[in-house]
Amino acid sequence: MTRAGDLWRFPGTRAAAFAVLAYLYLPIIVLVVLSFNASDSSLARWEGFSTHWYAVAAADGNMVHSIEISLTVACIATMIGTVVATLAALATSRTRFRGQIAVEAFLALPLVVPDIVAAIAILLFFVMVGIGLGVSSLVLAHTVFTIPIAYLPIRARLEGLDPALAEAAADLYASPWQSLRRIILPLIWPGILSGAMLAFIGSLGDVVVSYFISGPGSTTLPVYVFSMVRMGVTPTVNAVSTLLIAASASLLTLSYLLGRRFN
Amino acid sequence: MSNVRQRAGLLTPAMAVIGVLLVLPLGLMAFVSTLERGRDGGVIWSRHTLDAYVQFLFERDLMDNLVLNTDYLQIFARSIGLATTTAVLTLVIAFPIALWMAFQPPQRRTFLLFVVTVPFWTNLLVRNYAWILLLRNGGVFDRLAQSTGLTHEPLNVLYSPLATGIGLVYSFLPFMILPIYVSLEKLDRRLIEAAFDLGANRWHALTRIILPLSMPGIVGGFILVFVPCLGAFVTPALLGGGKSLMIGSLIQQQFGQSRNWPFGAALAFVLLALIVFALVLHGLRYRRLAGRLT
Repeated sequence: MTRAGDLWRFPGTRAAAFAVLAYLYLPIIVLVVLSFNASDSSLARWEGFSTHWYAVAAADGNMVHSIEISLTVACIATMIGTVVATLAALATSRTRFRGQIAVEAFLALPLVVPDIVAAIAILLFFVMVGIGLGVSSLVLAHTVFTIPIAYLPIRARLEGLDPALAEAAADLYASPWQSLRRIILPLIWPGILSGAMLAFIGSLGDVVVSYFISGPGSTTLPVYVFSMVRMGVTPTVNAVSTLLIAASASLLTLSYLLGRRFN
Repeated sequence: MSNVRQRAGLLTPAMAVIGVLLVLPLGLMAFVSTLERGRDGGVIWSRHTLDAYVQFLFERDLMDNLVLNTDYLQIFARSIGLATTTAVLTLVIAFPIALWMAFQPPQRRTFLLFVVTVPFWTNLLVRNYAWILLLRNGGVFDRLAQSTGLTHEPLNVLYSPLATGIGLVYSFLPFMILPIYVSLEKLDRRLIEAAFDLGANRWHALTRIILPLSMPGIVGGFILVFVPCLGAFVTPALLGGGKSLMIGSLIQQQFGQSRNWPFGAALAFVLLALIVFALVLHGLRYRRLAGRLT
């Protein structure tokens, strides 16, 4: 399509695309660069390279504690959410059944309800049932949101499977369980892994829900940073933010490479 | 796996978690919105009243008469306006890049998709915070403007509705790019070729073929931006400086300083009703797009 290829090039879209990419990355890059700034105000005056603010962040006991809380909550919620989402994806993919649209809409609900509404609803629920606000309430709430995040890539992977594989297994007298364990799970594990990584990033990044339901002593990192930022800008926040960016970017890259290798 | 009982068994855990920890709480929230406010916060579980909804529209004057009070309606109108503006702006910014991406060779498309999703998955708080560094007085843009002689006064952009708008557009841009890209990528190329063969120029191919056929993506993107924008809480709190209240901040206040849970629940319920209304308007189309997103 040499001739058509030329026609299909819409003038200006290339430049516009690069401008948008620059726009998307500019704030992130500025933040990362400033986190290595030796200056003690976080104004945009460059005073030399330093990892001083990372040391300051590491020395902040409350911050380290909030990182521990965040990681604990994200790990547990991701594990539960991914297992539950995998089961659900096994039930909804490669088959069509009555009420499927309703079931899938129900599973997508946590992503559709605005997070502030979900947050206060869950808060009221915990207060009424008498579940104290702490790590366990955070885990419960985060699990809800990890389910649809993990579900979508796992389901996409299952839909992409060649149905002949499961049929061949059945022809060769594999029980459904054997076919699941020996054929399907080994084939969809990149999808499960990428779903789990996205769920983990989602849990680690959540501000709004955690803001409402983290009790005293169980502040997650984003909630801690949120309160710091509201107090004013400090270079320590730059350092912690850069760590968060690095965490999500490396998990995403891993999930991208996995997807490329196995597709 | 065709067995109905097996399917029900597989679906039960996911539906139970979402049912108990989200749907039930949403019902409870609607219930709380009809309760009487407790004396020092909380609610009185046994007393029902529509006070919360009355407070949304009316206030009591000195003679204890109900007078229409549009304060809260104004906050809702402002939020809807800001969400609409954000959705329109993201559409204008997103369409050209989505178009360009969709016509790249497949291998590069996957890579570009990855490049666009990285900021999307970067912590929302961090992304908004980065804009504080850019917009604040003495920040990157301010210094740039002053050193180039563009202005000699501080920019004073941060903590204004403009800053909130900038932050919202930035935060939700990927929500617009992805669905438009998906619909453009799925578009049958032969239709465009046919248009070119029949003598259409690029402009006609774009406005008569590509744009109408990418409508599902545009509508889907619009909703994906509009809905979270309407309930945005982090961006107005960080960049707007809390001067111009938005729905999200108003709801949060009821659970913070104001300690008026029924009113907060009522506000959240009205917000949810607005969004359900918007979703029902576009019905299943939205669901289909959301499913394709990842």
